[in-house]
Amino acid sequence: MKNFESLFAAWMVVWAVFFLYEVTVARRIANLREDIERLKQQLRES
Amino acid sequence: MKTRIALILAVAGLVIFAGYAALFIAPDEKTMHAIQRIFYFHVPSAISAFIAFFVVFIANTAYLVTRQSKWDWLGVAGAEVGVACCTVVLITGPIWARPVWGIWWTWDARLTSTFILWLLYVSYLILRGLLEDPQRRATLSAIFGIFAFLDVPLVYLSNRLWRTQHPQPVILGGENSGLAPGMGKVLLICWIAIVCVMIVLLIDRYCLERLRHEYEELRFEVESRAAAAESVKGAR
Repeated sequence: MKNFESLFAAWMVVWAVFFLYEVTVARRIANLREDIERLKQQLRES
Repeated sequence: MKTRIALILAVAGLVIFAGYAALFIAPDEKTMHAIQRIFYFHVPSAISAFIAFFVVFIANTAYLVTRQSKWDWLGVAGAEVGVACCTVVLITGPIWARPVWGIWWTWDARLTSTFILWLLYVSYLILRGLLEDPQRRATLSAIFGIFAFLDVPLVYLSNRLWRTQHPQPVILGGENSGLAPGMGKVLLICWIAIVCVMIVLLIDRYCLERLRHEYEELRFEVESRAAAAESVKGAR
């Protein structure tokens, strides 16, 4: 199949961009949930 | 949680099926052959970027009218997801262009206006990062977001209004445009798959912004209590 490498590269780029973006969002959500829990704990203790 | 896992599995299944359809079911294009199959992710990503930026436009307008934070959250979520989709368009386009046109990039009206669109929404996100005060940030970015949306119709019309290296539209492009029936069906499947991915990303990004707001409120409360405790100590 001619130009298969280019087609494969484009295919990889599409899902790499979406996947990496979803991973960064999920990580930021997890970090924020931890921070929120920590602040709630501080409020309960104060 | 179960609903979320089911949703992600359903979208993943749709994405795999769309990929299979684009690579193996879609008919071969006579002049470009395999490389034309980039069309099935490039065009749906562009349409998804337009939808995401339209969400930003609606959310920003709604924020300026109602001043409710939820519209600001939706605005920033749409802008980030739109930038992700637009990035896919700007990377897959040159990969397709190189074997077909012999060049990676040219500054024609369609490519330039798309690149400006990407820059506008990246600037929107940078602008938000520079402003500390939440009210001011939301208001200024809403005004900027409405202004940035003006480029979307320009991108859409660019290859209709001017002669461009980018091909003329094959969908809604007039008498001499159109797709083979097999291509149209595969394009529709791929478009549904990428829109579903966009919706999942939008929901997650909105959730992130809502959590950030909750975090800011809690931090303010913790700091207020700490300051009150300090002043009580000082008074004693």
